[in-house]
Amino acid sequence: MESVDQESISHEMGMHTQSLRGRDIKTMFSLENEGGYAYAFAKDVDFNKRTEIDIENMTATECNTKIRSLMDEGYGTIVIKNPGAKHSIIVGILNKMNFIVEGSLGYFGCGLLDGPTVRISGRVGWSFAENMMAGVCVVEKNAGSTFGAALRGGDLVCKGSVGSRTGIDQKGGTILVGGDTGAFSGFMMQRGRMVVCGNAGKNLGDSMYDGTIFVGGEIQDLGVDAVPGELTDLDKAWLTRKLTQYEMMPSKGVDHFTKIVAGKQLWSYDNLEPSEKKLVL
Amino acid sequence: MCGIAGLIHRKGSSNIGQEMTSMLQALKHRGPDSTGFAIYSEPVKGQYILRFKVAEQEDMSKGFDIQDQVKERRADVDKRLKAMGAKIKEMEEATAYAFRYQIEFSGDLKELSDRVEDVEGAEILSIGNALELIKDLGDATVVSDAYDIDEIKGTHGIGHTRMATESDVDIRSAHPYWAYPYNDIAVVHNGQITNYWLMRRHLERDGQRFVSNCDSELLAVYTATNLEKGMTLEESLKKSIEEIDGVFTYLVTTKDELGMAKDTMAAKPMVLYETDDMVALASEEVSIRAIVPHEIDTWDPYDEEVRVWKA
Repeated sequence: MESVDQESISHEMGMHTQSLRGRDIKTMFSLENEGGYAYAFAKDVDFNKRTEIDIENMTATECNTKIRSLMDEGYGTIVIKNPGAKHSIIVGILNKMNFIVEGSLGYFGCGLLDGPTVRISGRVGWSFAENMMAGVCVVEKNAGSTFGAALRGGDLVCKGSVGSRTGIDQKGGTILVGGDTGAFSGFMMQRGRMVVCGNAGKNLGDSMYDGTIFVGGEIQDLGVDAVPGELTDLDKAWLTRKLTQYEMMPSKGVDHFTKIVAGKQLWSYDNLEPSEKKLVL
Repeated sequence: MCGIAGLIHRKGSSNIGQEMTSMLQALKHRGPDSTGFAIYSEPVKGQYILRFKVAEQEDMSKGFDIQDQVKERRADVDKRLKAMGAKIKEMEEATAYAFRYQIEFSGDLKELSDRVEDVEGAEILSIGNALELIKDLGDATVVSDAYDIDEIKGTHGIGHTRMATESDVDIRSAHPYWAYPYNDIAVVHNGQITNYWLMRRHLERDGQRFVSNCDSELLAVYTATNLEKGMTLEESLKKSIEEIDGVFTYLVTTKDELGMAKDTMAAKPMVLYETDDMVALASEEVSIRAIVPHEIDTWDPYDEEVRVWKA
């Protein structure tokens, strides 16, 4: 679709305050165009073409280079064996494809993702899935601090407990935590949703601009600008859907969750995520 | 961005020297400037292990007379030990400038330490019944090879890989710090203490001495002072979170304990692995995996968390 058309459509829809570029605009205004769902330079991979790599004796660079060469060969499902808590594994993947990690990752795992589905059987270190744009990451065990920092989209799931500053600077997407989260979670949150089934540490949602935090357990205390909100039926339906989807539904349901929102209101600030704008349109 | 690691075996001794070397080598990327070990070997009844140096590593390549000066300084240390009534049972030349003595001594440890450190260039790295505190420039393998650390057996230990930020690249600023003048207490720290000078002056007014300008030394002196006052290690660690400002995670060892404390911001990392047989902690899981090669369940301690384990 021509850029002039895109601009005129966006203006008609009142969206001219947002800078529409790249993938957003393709997805929003070219729904009939299949190519619009992927980057022009995304690799052509087949989900059913599966391979395994053992990275026990590889450096992070060697591992990530190997992943790219396998993607060039069309592999759409890559199993990573013996990750050994190494840092910076599976980074900068902009394809829709599958990764299965048999073990634990270290720091900065799965950073800068846009599209893939990642399943990790172990735990992950600090700053997992930083800046993720889209896709799904599921961690079966615990996670370190700054889990999902600056998350922009997609679903980020930790079935265990996470460290401090979870979702710091979160700009979209959904973070689901099966256990507890540490201090300063949701710090400077701007958009998106965070669900913590267990307890939350001190200063929850400190300096948040927007976004929503749901906590199933105790909240040690709220940070500046974070206030309790009303848990609506829509919220309950959404929580039920998301938690069921990842098999994390608490036995007592979702009625007991506390909803935390930003106490302040910002001017000229729309709180819809890109994916929600697609639905509106 | 220093790296710290600790290990305690709950059911007897192991090759703790070898294990700590592996753990610290895996943290080399967090601090390549120096590496230090505080390892608790089998205690020798009635005897102290004294580790000291009489020059910095870099001094050894300066000047024509340094070799002679080292000999003179060491002889002076020997003389002062004898004058204090200490019997030297064993002498080891760990490097050209660092030594390990096994001594019999029943007098005032503080006075002994002060007399030894009065010798030019001399610094006591540690005194203890079981503590072997070794630190030098280079990564874990380099230091371990130089001091035969792989040979040391024991129950627990802590270690540190240092990226110099607050003070110079020298042995004096390397961790761990021995808690002068109390035996068998050592500390490693990752972080920055922002009320260092205030706390230091307060402790100095109470008669404590500091050998470096490294903020981490404060934790050793602070811990020793608290323990001297009769606090338990756990009480001291909890008190430190209230009194010490900054971002820090630190580990403390005594002759039979390993403790950890994390600041109120939880800004410095620590990964914990605990089983019935052992407890291993490190700035990164990759360090623990260096000695436990299979998949393990680990977690991050939270803000203001204090833990103490017994050997």
